Amino acid sequence: MSNYQRRSKDQLARRVAQDIHDGAYVNLGIGQPTLVANHLPPGIEVVLHSENGILGMGPAPSPGEGDYDLINAGKQPVTLLPGGAYFHHADSFAMMRGGHLDICVLGAFQVSATGDLANWSTSEPGSIPAVGGAMDLAIGAKQTWVMMDLLTKQGESKVVAQCSYPLTGLACVKRIYSDLATLACTPEGLALIDKVDGLDLAELERLVGLPIQP
Amino acid sequence: MIDKIAGTISEALHRVQDGATVLIGGFGTAGIPSELINGLIEQGARELTVVNNNAGNGDTGLAALLKTGRVRKIICSFPRQADSHVFDALYRSGKIELELVPQGNLAERLRAAGAGVGAFFTPTGYGTDLARHADGSPKETRVIDGKPYVLEYPIHGDLALIKAERGDRWGNLVYRKAARNFGPVMATAAKATVATVHEIAELGTIDPESIVTPGIHVSKIVRIAHVATQAGGFKQAA
Repeated sequence: MSNYQRRSKDQLARRVAQDIHDGAYVNLGIGQPTLVANHLPPGIEVVLHSENGILGMGPAPSPGEGDYDLINAGKQPVTLLPGGAYFHHADSFAMMRGGHLDICVLGAFQVSATGDLANWSTSEPGSIPAVGGAMDLAIGAKQTWVMMDLLTKQGESKVVAQCSYPLTGLACVKRIYSDLATLACTPEGLALIDKVDGLDLAELERLVGLPIQP
Repeated sequence: MIDKIAGTISEALHRVQDGATVLIGGFGTAGIPSELINGLIEQGARELTVVNNNAGNGDTGLAALLKTGRVRKIICSFPRQADSHVFDALYRSGKIELELVPQGNLAERLRAAGAGVGAFFTPTGYGTDLARHADGSPKETRVIDGKPYVLEYPIHGDLALIKAERGDRWGNLVYRKAARNFGPVMATAAKATVATVHEIAELGTIDPESIVTPGIHVSKIVRIAHVATQAGGFKQAA
């Protein structure tokens, strides 16, 4: 048994942020991916896109300064940076679908070794389906990255040979940033980008249950 | 003389027919035409198909319209919210039909309707459960330059209800911040569009370079008060 520590949520957000380049146009999905904005390296300019028609989205306003006409995709109040712009929904999604965003970071229920994504529905009986912009985001950006824990609370790998949950998009995920390792999804399967100290590749492959190219 | 300014909401909405498809703007707290939705409830049209990004929350606005039982079908991308209990109950008891559409396909199907496009191939949703018709049969697909696409059809509205910031008697509109969202595209996709504005400007005083929705897409505008509100209004800084 190897001796290693999981990346905390903030450490994981910092790990993702480290790979975002100066000048990138980026969409950060609802939930954990929004943390990435807090860890962007100093000295670079990144333009954040929000699906409801914002480029140049800034941080949350100070208490009492919120404006209900200026919210993000998660319906939380945000601000606009100097140079930011507003546009309508069809333009906003054309921006995604047209491949104009450099990077999109999303959460996931499951990702397959070849990059299929399942993140919109667990198809529980009686649940009400809701998709929002998930399918547009998954296939639209030049690079789609997933940010998630590698294992479920029950210890099952969320990286799988084939998704059992309903798909969001086919072969759309390029990289998985997880609490234990960063993996690339390729047509040939998984490849290792990095892993936490003390975790050896054999143990990682055992946890995932799939081969990983070193 | 063209004068699209209606004195009251009931005057602007008096012609809504039973069975109409009503496009309703708004996303989250921004751009929801709450006053027009209330006007539609009062007007009383039945058997409606409603198109909105969500399916209402709490007990007011769209949720209140659903609660009247006058909405037969809703076309939206994200019906499930923490407080969408009105929709949830109608859906679970089979009293409302749901067509779930990825958000970008919703916007583009509206755009196609307004632009006279018969249908379009989109990569969004390919290979997923949403590339199927309501009866489960697969939607038409095509591989173009090696990339797979799904055929999607326009969503035409009989009426669009939207919220803008400022307008003039020709119906030219500008919006405020992210309250723009579905407004401009819905205005193009409906036979008639009614917009609320917070300010009516003298003709010629809105910078023509800044007009977002030209008046050709707007039938009526109604001025409403600028009140601080949770649902779609302007919240003054404390």
